[in-house]
Amino acid sequence: MTIQAKIKKNTYFDSVSLMSLSTRANLIEDVKQAMIGMGTDMNKEVIRNVGMGSKEIEAAGTGDLMITIETDNPDAVDTIFEEIDLLFTTKVKKPQKGATVYKSINQASQEIEESNVAIISVNGSFAAREAQEALDKDLHVMLFSDNVSIEEELALKKSAHEKGLLMMGPDCGTAIINNIGLCFANKVRKGTIGIVAASGTGAQELSVRIHEFGYGISQLIGTGGRDLSEAIGGIMMLDGLAALEEDEETKVIMLISKPPAKSVEIKVLEAVKNSKKPVVVYFLGGDEEAVTKAGGHYAKRSKEAAIKAVILAGAKEEELDTHPLNIPLVEEVRAKLSDEQKYIRGLFCGGTLCDEAMYAAMEKLDNVYSNIQTNPEFKLVDNNKSQEHTFIDFGSDEFTSGKPHPMIDPSTRIDRFLKEAADPEVAVIAMDFVLGYGSHEDPVGVMLPAIKEAKEQAEKDGRHLEILGYVLGTELDVQDIKEQTQKLMDAGVTISSSSQNTGLLAREFVLKGDSK
Amino acid sequence: MNKIGELFNSEINVINVGIDFISEDIKKQGAVATQLEWAPPARGNVELLALLDSLNSEEKQAKIEAANKEAVERIVKSQPVLIGYDQAINCVPGMTKTTILHAGPPITWEKMSGPMKGAVTGAIVFEGLAADLVEAEEVAASGKITFSPCHEHQCVGSMAGVTSASMFMHIVENKTYGNLAFTNLSEQLSKILRFGANDQSVIDRLVWMRDVFGPVLRDAMKLCPEGIDLRLLLSSALHMGDECHNRNVAGTTLLIQALTPYIVKTDYSLKEKIEVFDFVASSDYFSGPTWMVLCKCALDAAHGIENSTIVTTMARNGVEFGIRVSGMKGNTWFTGPSQKVIGPMFAGYKPEDSGLDIGDSAITETYGIGGFAMATAPAIVPLVGGTVEEAMGYSKEMLEITTIENPNVTIPVLDFMGVPTGIDVRKVIATGKLPIINTAIAHKDPGVGMIGAGITNPPFEAFEKAIKALEEAIH
Repeated sequence: MTIQAKIKKNTYFDSVSLMSLSTRANLIEDVKQAMIGMGTDMNKEVIRNVGMGSKEIEAAGTGDLMITIETDNPDAVDTIFEEIDLLFTTKVKKPQKGATVYKSINQASQEIEESNVAIISVNGSFAAREAQEALDKDLHVMLFSDNVSIEEELALKKSAHEKGLLMMGPDCGTAIINNIGLCFANKVRKGTIGIVAASGTGAQELSVRIHEFGYGISQLIGTGGRDLSEAIGGIMMLDGLAALEEDEETKVIMLISKPPAKSVEIKVLEAVKNSKKPVVVYFLGGDEEAVTKAGGHYAKRSKEAAIKAVILAGAKEEELDTHPLNIPLVEEVRAKLSDEQKYIRGLFCGGTLCDEAMYAAMEKLDNVYSNIQTNPEFKLVDNNKSQEHTFIDFGSDEFTSGKPHPMIDPSTRIDRFLKEAADPEVAVIAMDFVLGYGSHEDPVGVMLPAIKEAKEQAEKDGRHLEILGYVLGTELDVQDIKEQTQKLMDAGVTISSSSQNTGLLAREFVLKGDSK
Repeated sequence: MNKIGELFNSEINVINVGIDFISEDIKKQGAVATQLEWAPPARGNVELLALLDSLNSEEKQAKIEAANKEAVERIVKSQPVLIGYDQAINCVPGMTKTTILHAGPPITWEKMSGPMKGAVTGAIVFEGLAADLVEAEEVAASGKITFSPCHEHQCVGSMAGVTSASMFMHIVENKTYGNLAFTNLSEQLSKILRFGANDQSVIDRLVWMRDVFGPVLRDAMKLCPEGIDLRLLLSSALHMGDECHNRNVAGTTLLIQALTPYIVKTDYSLKEKIEVFDFVASSDYFSGPTWMVLCKCALDAAHGIENSTIVTTMARNGVEFGIRVSGMKGNTWFTGPSQKVIGPMFAGYKPEDSGLDIGDSAITETYGIGGFAMATAPAIVPLVGGTVEEAMGYSKEMLEITTIENPNVTIPVLDFMGVPTGIDVRKVIATGKLPIINTAIAHKDPGVGMIGAGITNPPFEAFEKAIKALEEAIH
C-alpha cells in the first residue's frame, strides 16, 4: 500500500469544486482513496483520521492545495497524479447552443413567442389535455392522435371555436398551412384552391390531382374524420369554410368528407349557400340535388372534384389531361382472367382511397364487404378473412392498435396480400402506395418482394394475377414517384393514375359484361 | 383580422408533441418546429388525472385561482424584519423546559433517524435534563420530553432542527401581516448538534452560544429598534451570487455588516466581541438560518387560505418528507419517505454513509430561493454535477410548477427574472415535476456531522396525498 501526498502551494479552489473533484478522483483506476482539499485544519484532521496523514500534509498552509492518494499499485502513482491534474483542467462539456429543452406546451409557447401551431400525436388518453393546453395558449391545434373520445373532441372544438382557433383532428392526418405540409401531406404548388377536409387521404388525393392539373393549394385544413358526425356538428368544417371565405388567396373552396350525418350536411350546405366563392362539394355518398340547390358544385368522385375546382379556378377543360379510363386496358385484363377469378381484393393504407374504390365497386356490384362498411350486413365477419369483393382499410383501428399507421409502415399488409394472391377466386388485388411527408421512404420497395413472389406463384399455377397499383404523390415529394412507379411496372403491376380510376378499373376488370 | 387569418399570414412555427418525424418533416420544408421532450401528465396515473380534472372544473378553478392569487400575494408582499434575538423559552409559542422541537413533520423518538437522535440527546444534556448521553437516551424514551415539529411553533430548524428552551432564537416580524417567526443560531462548523454530533465540544459550543454569542446578538439588536429588513439583504445576496440555501457567502457578509455597528456598541468586553466576530467568520453558514426564518415568516402569512393549492411548507425529519398546503388549515401534513441527497461528499465519505434528506431548510425552496434560484449561484454548480447552463435550466424549470415570479427577489443573469414563487400542488401533479432542493448531507450515524452536499427532491407521494385531500376539501 502506498500513500502519497502532493501539495500545490498557493493554489485556491473553493470547497464545493474540490468536493466534486475528490469524488471524481476516487473513480480513477488504481485509486483506493483520494482526497483533494485546501490545507485547513479541518481537512488535515479528516486526512489524519482516515490514516493518510503525512509530514507534507501537516506542513500545508490554508492557501495550499493538498492532494493525497492511497493505492495498492506503487507504479501507478505518477499516472494517478497526472489524471488528477487533468480533472482540474477538463471542463464539463457544454450542451450545444440553442438546444433548450422544452417539456410542456405552456413553457414552450411562452418562450417561443412566434409559435402558432401545436401538433399533438401522443397517446390518446393524454392527447386531449395537451390540445386544450395548446388552445389555452392561443395556439392552433392539429391533433394527430387517435382514440380521443367524441366528448373530448366536442369540448376541444367548442373551445377552439370560441377562441377563433383551428382545431384540426383528432385522427387527422393531413393539413397544408401556408404551403407547409403537416403530418401526412404531399408537396404541392401554392395556389388559389382551398380545401376543408374531413378525410386525410382524400385531401391528399385532391391536392395531388390539383397539382397535376397545374394548379395549387392556398390552404388545406383537415378537420378530423368525425367532424361531420351528428355529435360534432361540423364545427371545424364550418369554421374552416368561413376562414377560406375571408382568405384573399383562396378563390375556390373544396369540401370533402366521408358520408356526413344528414343534419350536418344540411348545415354545411346552408353555409355553402351563403358563400361568395365557388364551392366544390365532394361528400362520398352525397346528395347531388341538395348540393346543386345550395349553389355548390357537386362532385361524385375525387378526380371529378379536382377537375371542377381547377376549371372554377380558371383552367380550360379542353386543355386538361384528365386521364380518362383506359377501355382497351380493361378489355385486355378481362381476357386474361379465367371464369373462376371473380373477386376484387382492395388492400389500402389510405382510408378514403379505400372508401372511394369501395363506393365505385358498390355502384355495380352488390356483394362488397369491408372492415369499414357502415351497413352491418356488409361488414366483414372476420377482418382477417375476405368475403367475395373485399376492401380493407389497414389504417383502421382494428389493424393499428399497438402498431404504426400503414402509411408509415406498409409492411403490415404483406401477409394479407400473399393470402389474397394465393386465392384462385381472386381476379384483381388493388393497392395504394402513398408518398409525401410522414409516409414511408420507399412504400413500393416494402411490397415488391411479395409482389414478385405472388406473380411467380400464379404463373406456376397457370393463372393470371392482376395487381392494380396506385402511387399517390407528386414529382416534388421526397420519395421519387417515377422510380416508385417504375418499380411497380417492372414487377408487372398495372398502374392507375388516380384514386378515382383505381376503383373504376378494379370494378371494370371483374365485370365481364354481367353488371347489375 | 381573426386568428385563423393571422395564421394564414404568418410563418408557421410549430410546437410538436409526440412523434419526432413530424417536426423533422416540417424543418425539411424550411419552417420552424420545436420538439417537446414530453412525458405523460401526472406520470400517466389516470386516478390523479381524474382528481386534476375535478379541480379544473370551471367553478372550482375560479375559486382556486382566486385563493392562490391571495396566497402568492401574501408571500411576495411579506416584509420579514429581524427585530431581535432571545432564548426560545422567552419567545417561542408553546415552548417549555422539557420541550424539544425538531425538523420536519411529527415523529416519535423511536422512529427518529440517527442524526436526529444524536441531536436530541445532545440537547437533553445541554439543557441539564440528563447527566450524559446514555441517560439522555433514557430521558428521551421516558415520555417526559414533549417532541413537536418546529413548524408547528412558528419556527424552522436546519438539519435535525433540534431546538430546546435555552437556545437563542432569531425573532423575525412580518411588518406587512404582523406574524412572528423564529429559528435558532448557526453553530457554524460541520461537527455540530444539528447534524447529530453531540460530544463535549458540541455541548461546550452550545453553552458559549447561550452565554456569550446569543446575549451579544440580543443586546446588539436592542440598540436597533427599527430592526433589519431581511428581504433587502436577501435580494442583495442573490445579486451577489448566493442562492441562500447552500451558498451563504454574500448573505453572511451582508448580515454581519448590518449587525456590526450594534455589536460594537454593546457593553461586552473586547474579548467577547472578538470571539463573536471570529465565530461568525469561521463559516459562511452564519446567515443560513436567517434566510430560513425569513422564508418561514412570509410563508406562514400565506398559510390557511381556503381553496388554495399553494405549498407553504416543505420539511423533512430524516425519515419522512412532509408538506403543508395553504388550503388545508393548521397542521395537516402530507408525507412520503425522505429521499437520498445526491452530490459530492467530503473526502473519506461514500454515498452509503449518507443519512436521508433532513431539515426544515427546504423552506427556502418553498419560498423560491435555494435550488429554485440555482441560476444566480454559478459557483455552486458542481453540487449538481452539471454545467452552468443546466443550472440556469433548473430555475426556469421551476416556473413550471410555481405561480408567479417574485418581483422583489430577482436573478440578474436571467434578465432579472423573479424567483419562482408559490409551488402549486396541481402543477406538480400535472407535470410530474418535483421541486428541486439544494441541501447538505448528514452522516447517517449520530455524532458525526455534515459529510457532503447536493440535490434532492420531495417524494411525489406527498403531493399525491395533498391533491386527494384538496379535491375532497374544495367544493
